[in-house]
Amino acid sequence: MNTASAPLRNVKARRSVMESIRRNLKTAPLTAWFGMIVILIYAFCAIFAPLLAPYGESQIVGGAYDLPNSLTWLGTDQIGRDLLSRLIFGARNTIGIALITTLLSFLVGGSLGVAAALQRGWLDQGVSRVVDAFLAIPVLIFALMMLAVMGKSNPWPEVFGTFPLNLIIILALLDATRVFRLARAVALNAAVMDYVESARLRGEGMSWIVFKEIVPNILPPLITEFGLRFCFVFLTIAALSFLGVGIQPPTADWGSMVSESKQLISFGRPAPLYPAAAIALLTVAVNFVVDWFLHKTSGLRDGH
Amino acid sequence: MHPVLRTVLQRLGLGIVTLLAVSVIIFSSLEMLPGGYAENILGQSATPETVAAFKRDLGLDRPATVRYFEWIGKAVQGDFGSSYSGLSGSLKRDVSATIAPRLYNTFFLAAIAALIAVPLALLLGAMAALYRNSWFDRIVNSVTLTTIAMPEFFIAYILVYVFAVKLRLFYPNSTVSIGTPFLEHLYRAALPAITMTLVIIAHMMRMTRAAIINLLASPYIEMAQLKGVSKSDVIRHHALPNAWAPIATVIAFNLAYLVVGVVVVEVVFVYPGIGQLMVDAVSSRDMPVVQACALIFAATYILLNLLADIVSIVTNPRLLHPK
Repeated sequence: MNTASAPLRNVKARRSVMESIRRNLKTAPLTAWFGMIVILIYAFCAIFAPLLAPYGESQIVGGAYDLPNSLTWLGTDQIGRDLLSRLIFGARNTIGIALITTLLSFLVGGSLGVAAALQRGWLDQGVSRVVDAFLAIPVLIFALMMLAVMGKSNPWPEVFGTFPLNLIIILALLDATRVFRLARAVALNAAVMDYVESARLRGEGMSWIVFKEIVPNILPPLITEFGLRFCFVFLTIAALSFLGVGIQPPTADWGSMVSESKQLISFGRPAPLYPAAAIALLTVAVNFVVDWFLHKTSGLRDGH
Repeated sequence: MHPVLRTVLQRLGLGIVTLLAVSVIIFSSLEMLPGGYAENILGQSATPETVAAFKRDLGLDRPATVRYFEWIGKAVQGDFGSSYSGLSGSLKRDVSATIAPRLYNTFFLAAIAALIAVPLALLLGAMAALYRNSWFDRIVNSVTLTTIAMPEFFIAYILVYVFAVKLRLFYPNSTVSIGTPFLEHLYRAALPAITMTLVIIAHMMRMTRAAIINLLASPYIEMAQLKGVSKSDVIRHHALPNAWAPIATVIAFNLAYLVVGVVVVEVVFVYPGIGQLMVDAVSSRDMPVVQACALIFAATYILLNLLADIVSIVTNPRLLHPK
């Protein structure tokens, strides 16, 4: 910003990555710090779940719907599994599946978007029109319909058990339409820049232009989008699991846990609130971090 | 032709094309399955004869194009065929008859939520924009960022826990039937309606705030202010005519969001609406019901967005007074 007042210096002696991260962290607002700490705690729980949880994921330790006691701190679920342990294992399953889905969606949507922006012509036209049609249908409704057609878990139950492969593929492809739109738009802006033109004239190949010129320059908006899309996918998976068509039992997952313990709330026990709060806290945390990142990197998506 | 009329007609045409494209997608979802729907339902052990008989029962043996035009032609007239459930019995359930009362319940719920949420959100959003960076704006900003990130069922169960279980003001389940009187219906639908209101109000306020801040930063507003026009006149004569378009977009976007949010909220409160019907049909893989619900949801979503576009075209001062 105020480079004009600074003396000219060697361009190569830029700040190291660690140094700039440290500088940025120093100026981070309280909400962003809160978000980052929460995310780290969740990541820790997800990675070390088997060590942290007092009992196994589907280990039966008591009677059905036991009240909280010294052995099971939050009580037990409908078949006597420890709620706290399932909450901790839920971090691994719920976040893991949402993360895989978002990564897959960015891989498909991002690469198609960049390809469409560079290639233009029939590829761009074709994919864009299909995406337009898909954008007109709400994701949750479409996901529900596709799950009805394809079935809840996966086509090979004898190999994968109840692994929600169908869910991951359906949501990743639906979400990829949203990623495609953004990736195409930002790549289109970058593709007309002079540095891309000069790389072309230099005779650089396609892979150089994509990975050395375009991708580094469209990364900030895509990273922000990744945070937002992760939240969206995470919430959609939680909603679908809550509706009973997402992640299937016996996998410990927060959305299904809310639905499994929902009767308890009529008896004055807040059991469904724990997994629901776990979901809410993570998405709030990611949103705080994304909000800060958005302020740091240009006002490309200012507003909401 | 007047430019406004031409643009509106163009937009209407595009909307119809989108609706048709979406109906094709919804219809062909059944065909996309590798191996086919019948084989998937019956399992790998089914003999070809069983599969053929199953297909014949459902009418799946005829060409897809014929079935599409039959389906969409009847759907336009409000006939969605008969449900797959109870197929083996002599009694065939009519999809439209199942949907109709539930559709009324869902629109009832959505209408109440919209009636509370829209004026409140516009007012609060405009205030946050006018008093930007004040403590009010800051509080609104953090609170809405927090509620946006929460899943609908979290908000719903907190409300149930506080208002139905602890305070005993409402019922935890919103069971209504066709004979339920209007006021009773209103009372039973109160908690789900409040949940939906809270869910969309945050989105709507943030979008209203952003739209108005964006508007107040335009050069012509600054020009009016510098000219010495009073604050209320700036808003009435300069800001408002240009504000209708963004406000209409905000409202339509959030009402469309309501359409999706209704699914989860209905299941939480066991409210007999179309969202719950769709979830039940998905679990039992009853495709005619699923497709009918998906078509209704998608059509509502598209029509709301279309309406917003038309409002912003019709109120656009640049189009209304062409040079």
